[in-house]
This record gives sequence, structure tokens and C-alpha cells, in this order.
Amino acid sequence: MDFSLSLITFIPLAGVLLLLVMPRNNAMLRGTALCVSLVGFIASISLICEFKPIADYQFVENLPWIAAGSFQMNYHVGIDGISLWLVILTTFIMPIAILSTWTAVEERVKEYMICLLLLEVGMLGAFVSLDLFLFYIFWELMLIPMYFIIGIWGGKNRVYAAVKFFIYTMVGSLLMLIAIMYIYFKAGAGDFDITRFYSIGLDPASQTWLFLAFALAFAIKVPMFPLHTWLPDAHTEAPTAGSVILAAVLLKMGTYGFVRFAMPLFPDATARFTPLIATLAVIGIVYASLVAMVQEDVKKLVAYSSVAHLGFVMIGLFALNQQGIAGGMLQMINHGISTGALFLIVGFIYERRHTRLITDFGGLSKQMPIFATIFMIVTFSSIGLPGTNGFVGEFLVLLGGFESGLRTWTIIASSGVILSAVYMLWMFQRVMFGELTNPKNQVLKDLNAREIVIMAPLIVMIFVMGIYPTPFIDKMNPSIDRLIVQMKQKQVAHVVAPVTAPGRAGIPAGYPELPSGHPAGEAK
Amino acid sequence: MELALPQLNFMAIMPETVLSVVAMALLLINVLVKGEEKAYLGYLSLAGLVGALFSIPWGAKISGFSDMVLQDNFSAFFTVIFILCAGLTILISDGYFKKEGCNHGELYPLILFATVGMMFMAKATDLMTVFLGLEVLSVALYILAGFNRANTKSNEAGLKYFLLGAFSTGFLLYGMALIYGATGSTKIVKIAAMAAQSSAVMNNPMFLAGMLLMATGFSFKIAAAPFHMWTPDVYEGAPTPITAFMSAGPKAAGFAAFVRVFVIAFPTLMPQWSELLWILAVLTMTTGNIIALSQDNIKRMLAYSSIAHAGYALVGFTAHNASGVSGIMFYLLTYTFMNIGAFAIIILVGKKGEPNNNVQDYAGFGVKHPVLALCMSIFLFSLAGIPPTAGFIGKFYLFAGAVQEGYIWLAIIGVLNSAASVYYYLRVMVFMYMKSPEEEFDWVKLSPAIMLCILIAVAGVLIPGIIPNSVLNLATLSLP
Repeated sequence: MDFSLSLITFIPLAGVLLLLVMPRNNAMLRGTALCVSLVGFIASISLICEFKPIADYQFVENLPWIAAGSFQMNYHVGIDGISLWLVILTTFIMPIAILSTWTAVEERVKEYMICLLLLEVGMLGAFVSLDLFLFYIFWELMLIPMYFIIGIWGGKNRVYAAVKFFIYTMVGSLLMLIAIMYIYFKAGAGDFDITRFYSIGLDPASQTWLFLAFALAFAIKVPMFPLHTWLPDAHTEAPTAGSVILAAVLLKMGTYGFVRFAMPLFPDATARFTPLIATLAVIGIVYASLVAMVQEDVKKLVAYSSVAHLGFVMIGLFALNQQGIAGGMLQMINHGISTGALFLIVGFIYERRHTRLITDFGGLSKQMPIFATIFMIVTFSSIGLPGTNGFVGEFLVLLGGFESGLRTWTIIASSGVILSAVYMLWMFQRVMFGELTNPKNQVLKDLNAREIVIMAPLIVMIFVMGIYPTPFIDKMNPSIDRLIVQMKQKQVAHVVAPVTAPGRAGIPAGYPELPSGHPAGEAK
Repeated sequence: MELALPQLNFMAIMPETVLSVVAMALLLINVLVKGEEKAYLGYLSLAGLVGALFSIPWGAKISGFSDMVLQDNFSAFFTVIFILCAGLTILISDGYFKKEGCNHGELYPLILFATVGMMFMAKATDLMTVFLGLEVLSVALYILAGFNRANTKSNEAGLKYFLLGAFSTGFLLYGMALIYGATGSTKIVKIAAMAAQSSAVMNNPMFLAGMLLMATGFSFKIAAAPFHMWTPDVYEGAPTPITAFMSAGPKAAGFAAFVRVFVIAFPTLMPQWSELLWILAVLTMTTGNIIALSQDNIKRMLAYSSIAHAGYALVGFTAHNASGVSGIMFYLLTYTFMNIGAFAIIILVGKKGEPNNNVQDYAGFGVKHPVLALCMSIFLFSLAGIPPTAGFIGKFYLFAGAVQEGYIWLAIIGVLNSAASVYYYLRVMVFMYMKSPEEEFDWVKLSPAIMLCILIAVAGVLIPGIIPNSVLNLATLSLP
């Protein structure tokens, strides 16, 4: 058995144990945490090299863990094309996040680093788990360190934000726990293996309830309108590294949960709820974009832009075709990189000026040219300008959505592309251009070497994924194809008859067709 | 005429015998040896507990005293819980009672007698044994609750506990009398047999009324709502180590007797009592959690939380399948660790005359004592049922048992309750970590005994949380 996944997941835990016994020497603690996260990243590179572009789970480990009474839980981990890039994204973002705390966090550095590494264990574990019980453990495990990161090192209103974050996520996930138990008993004696659950037939009625329970947990995490209210609070109050990880990885837990669990487990319910989910996603896109436009706080603006971007991801995933899901997956990675970068940028200016209000800035480009360049590239990536990563993902999402039954929704959603250009560029203009009037801004220093080092890998990834995304998509595709086939096979009872997809040849068809007479249907 | 001598089988009550002998010896030693230092009595009672632990005949099914008691794995499992509970309590007692200036030697024998009472409750197969065990336990507890003679709150706790305890025992006894009247026996196996044989027994209103009254009596003992009113005052007023003891041990003993008597004696009334338990479980969880939300006093908060935890255990009891009952046993065992662990920290934070029992008193504790605050957080996370702690595994089995039996709504109410409970557990952590310290906490001194207690408790929360196999299998093997 290949233990590389366990190794990658638990390297940060080894780091936690190391940090626990270390003296409170801040430089040493920071260095160790950075080294541990870098080791984790380097180890995860080997996954990309050895990953074969096939649909199956790879690097699988399946060991008995709990076997008592009527239950059997296994330590069952493995990755496929869907989780591979999320694992890489996590290990990639961690060293950057840790490096970003160098001067931002001076108090209780030891605890901070322990929380960050523990969070990494939880995130990686959730992405690699193929056992639902194990997934749940890691899923909940993420809550504890994030709670402390927001609550201890956050801004003024941090306690409120931390508790809100915790309770919101907890309520959703507990209902999912009940659903997990229910599926387990429905499936009959055995383990919590997710592939075993894929193959059991659930009647549409119970699928509906189970889907709702899972979807609630994931929709809170995404977050989807109207469950998004914890996010602006959490983001605004969290320290920079917390925001970066929250945006880059934690939100992906929700969308990943849909792809990995809710959709393949309950295909009928997925088909049934697609219009609802798509509607909420579209509302999220438009509403969050409009709200982002009027924000005075840069960080809040970026937080709302997250809600809008993840709306796109959801549209892509629920298009239920190759392009849509690939686009959604890619957009998850893109959002991780570009929004992570935006939060870092906000962190840089906050560290210098201790304010994030747009009106406090203006004309910074004259004073900080390097910063301005980087900020501009990231802004373009966030908007989805061709040549940057954001474009590829958004394009695929819109393409997939347009070719699926979600045409009307996609058309409305595409207004979000324009809106995002409006609020991002307007913000950029007000912060970076114009007269440098505020005397406090006239003495600002440009980015130092450490900050450039932090941003460099993100900038590189923005262009690499924007210009040559094929390697990323190629590794995903077989798993996405399998997911679609799997869902088609399981859809037993359907409200509407399946049709052949007009898209790429060889794509399994059968996503729900719109009822006839629908405007989008006529447009075809 | 031949007089049949009752079959006395001392093997069936070995741990109880060991502990009783030790306790009586300690009473004598306490009188004979002069001096203010009483810690050695604690060590001796710990030795007695270890002796009792090793005298448990695992795997054997020994019935003794003409079927008054039954030593089986079920009682053995609970005996372990009681011994751990008593042992951990003794470890935190010496420091506390010295600090409070009521360091009387009778404390240790009383704890041991209470433990003996609990053990008898767990192995009772006759209603009389249940009653006797309960009285041995209760009388010791009444004294222990009022042990701090100089403190009016402690006096109040003792008296209140005595009055309400006597009242509730009345219910239990009345129920037993009615059952005896209906079936002609106090042996739980015979009660079941009589009810199964004749419909006259089943249709006798006395039988149903007896069951209901006994359920009421037990509900008082496990502090299930709406019979929980005594709990907060008693828990708040009693000396903290005794509160820790009461919240874990006697509750487990109440459950042991409750489960055994109802599962074995009243299988015929199962539809009635599982419906009753459903209602009790929902009321208990919800009342406990909602009132706990508004508590500032941490001892009261934990008192209400212990009511809520009895509610979770009742969820498993409602299902009363293998997962549910093994869940109860696993949960009560690990609850002992997490709750006594939390009380150990509370004792450390308290000063003489200044118990520092308000959440606000914990402001900045995490800065001044990071390790102790970490331990407290582990206990609180476990109480909240968050992985990877034992509290999560326990709740999983309890709720899964309910889901398995089709009590989906009960499980949903349960998890929503546990989500609400997160708020008040987190609140303590908010004060420990997220507020700046107002005190130096320089009075917090770790004695080796309390350190050992916290260490055992942390291990008892984390190890079954991460690798629960052995404990769960033991619980599964110990089903009644």
C-alpha cells in the first residue's frame, strides 16, 4: 500500500507536535511552521507526477479503524481527478499563508502556528477521505482551529464572527451526520465506504430529504445565498492568513462536498433541485456583486466577491455536463488563487495603514509601483480577463451552463462577469489611482522582498492556468466523466425525459431537460 | 421440614465487599490516628478502589443471594465507571477541602460507601437491591453535598438534595410496591415472566402505574426533565469535587438500574415506556440546553449541561438497541472523564472564599495557563460532541441507535440540541482565550494528585475519541 496520502495529510500534525514542545521563540516557531508546510507542499508535488489520468481513485489506503457493534468505519483515503487539485491547492496555499503572518501576528505565535497546521490536517483529510465517517471527522476538525484563528487573532468584532462561523457550520453538518447514519442503515451491513454508498439505490423520496441535509451543510460552507451571512463577518474579522485559507480552501469544502457526495449519492434529488440551486446561485452572483459594489471596506468587498464567484462554481457544477463541472472545478482552484491573493493584498495595505476603508486610500500606484502591478494582475484574474486563470474557468462554466438545461440562469449569471469588472475595477481605481492626497499614504513603503516572494507563486499560477490550463483539465476529465456516467446510471425515476447533450461527442447525456414552452427551451 | 438456606455467593459481590471493608477500616483509622493531615486516607481509599477494580470477575455471570444480584459484564462495565469516578474525585478532593478548611477524614469513606451503593444498583436483579443500593448511595451523597458545614450554600444543597431525594425515592418505592402487588415478585426476571404469562397482570392498571411511578423515580435520579429541578441548586452549592462526583457516578448508576430493570422486567410494556422515554429525552435535552445557554455561573452551567447529557443518553435508551445501549455505556464512561476533568480545572481556578465560578472569572486564563486551558478546551469540546473526542463517538452511537430504530426526529432534535449546546461551551473558551486577562491566576497551583486526575481525564477523552475500538467492543460485550 502506498502511504503517500497519509504522509501528506499528517505531516502538518507532526509539525503541530513539534511546535508544542518548542520554546516560545517566535522566529523559530515561524520558521518551523513554514518548513513543515513547505515539506508538505513538496511531498504533494509527487502526487501530481505519479497521478495517472484515469477515473479511478489513486493512492488508496484502506485500513480498518473502528469496528464495534453494528458499525464499521475504515481509514479509507484516496484521490481522483476531482480531489487531486484541491489537495495541491491546500498544500500550495499553506506556506504562503504562513509566510504572510510573519509580521502580522506577534502575539501567541505558537498557538497561531499550531492552529494553522491543525487546520491543514483537517482540510487535507476532508479532501482525501473516501469513508463518509472519516470525512465527517475531518470536516468537523477544521472548525476548531478556524474558530480560534478568527476568535483570538481577529479584528474588533472577532468573537461574534467566530461564534457565528462555528454555530452556522455546526448546525448544517450535524443534520448531515443524521443523513449519513440513515444512508448507512439503508445500505445494510458494511462500512462507510463512499463508493459502496454510490451503488445503493435510494428511492426519490428519501433522496430528497437526504439531499437537503447534505446540501444544507455544503451550502452553508460554500456559502450560498441566503446562508452566506456568516462569511462577510468571518472574513472581515479574521486575520489575513485566516481569510486567505478560508477563501482559498475552506469554501471549496462546500462545493467539493456537492461534487463528491451530494450529487453522485442522490442523482434524482440533484436533478430535482437543480433549478432551485441554480436560482440561489444566480441570486448569489447578482446580489453579492451589487453588495460588493457599495462596500467601503476593501476586505468586505473581496468577501462578497467570493460569494459571487462561488455562485459561478455552483452553476458550473449543476450544469451536470463535462464543461460545466470541469469549469466549476477549475474555478474552485482559480478562486482559491485569485481571492487568496486579494486577501493577501488587503493584508499588506492593512498592515501598513491599519485601515481598509477605500476612502482612506487613493493614488497608491505612484507610491507603490510593484504593489500596483501585482494588485492589477490579481484584479484582472479575479475579473476573469483572458490570459488569466479566471477567464478559463468562467468561460467553461458559462459554456457548460449554456449547453445544459440552465440556459436562462446562465444568461443572468453572465451579468456577474460584468458586475465583477465593475466593482473590482472601481475599487482598484479608487485605491490605486488619482491624487495621492492623504499624507499618511505618501510615506507608504512598497512591497518588501518577503511580500514579493509570497505573491510570486500566485502570480505565476494565474498566468500558467490562464494560458495553458490543459494539464489541469486533463487530469480532472476522466473522473468528471465517470461522475456524470455514474449519475446517469443511477437516475431511476425521472420527472423529465433525458435528452442527448448537444455538446462534445461522447459526453453522457441526460441532464434534466427544461419543460417545453420554457423560453430557454425555445431558444434552442 | 427442610429450611432452604439462601445461596450466598460472595464472588458475586466481590468488588463491593472489598470496598466496604476498606471504607469501614478507614473510618476506624480516621478515629484512631490523630492529626490534621488526611491525605493518607485518600491514598488508602485509592488503593481500595484499585483492589476493587482487580476483583471484578470479567466475563463471568454469577448470580448470588438468591438472585438478588447478578455479576455480569454489564455490571462490571458500570463498576469500572464508578471506580474511575470515585478515584478521580478523590484525586481532586484533598486540595479542595484543605483550601476550604473542612478537611474531615470521613470524606473518603463516604465516597467509597456511595460507590458501593452505585455498584449494587448496577448489579441489582431484584427491586429490593435497587432500593438498597440507591439508599446506600443517597445517604452518603446527602452528607457529602452538605460537607462544607460552614458554607450555607453547601448546607442548602445537602438539605435540598435530602428532601427531594427522599421524595423521589418515595415514588420509586411506591412503584415497586405496585409492581409487587400486580406480579407477586420483586425479582425482575419473574416480573417479566408473570407479565408475559397472564394477561391479567398486563391488564392490571397497577402494573402500568407501577412502571410509570418507577420511571418517575429513576427520572429524578438521573435528573431528567421535568424532574430535574433539584440539580442546579445542589450542584452549585455542593463542594466542587462532590458536584463532579454526583454529575457522573450516580447518574450512571441511575441509568444502569433504569436500563436493566426496564429492559428485563418490562419488555411487555416496551411500546409504552419507549414512547415515554422519547418525550423525556426531548424534554430533558431541550430544557437542559436552553437554560444552560443563559447561565453565567459555570457550575450551574455544567449542571444544566449534565441534564442535557442525561437527555442524550435517554435518546439511546429510547432506541434500546445494541448501538443505543452500548452508546449509553460508552457515553457515561467518557462523560465521567470529561466532566470530572472540567471540574478539576474549575477547582484550580477557585480561591478560598472566592470560588471564581463565573465565566467572566476565566478571562485570559488561556494566556496565563495555556496547558490547563488547553485541557479545559478538550473537555468542553468533548462535552459539545466535536471530533476527535470521545464525546463525539458517544453521541454518534446514541443518535445512530435512534436512527437505526427509525427515531429520525428524535435524532434530529438531539443534534440540534447539541448544536445549541456548542454556544455555551464555546463561551467559556471565548473568555479563556479571547478576552484579556484581568487576574494573574498566580494562585493556581498544581498538586501531583490533581495533575494526575487531569492527565487521566485527557487521556480518557482523547484515546476513546481517536481509537474507540476497545472501549466500544467492551461496551458491546457488556450489554445486559
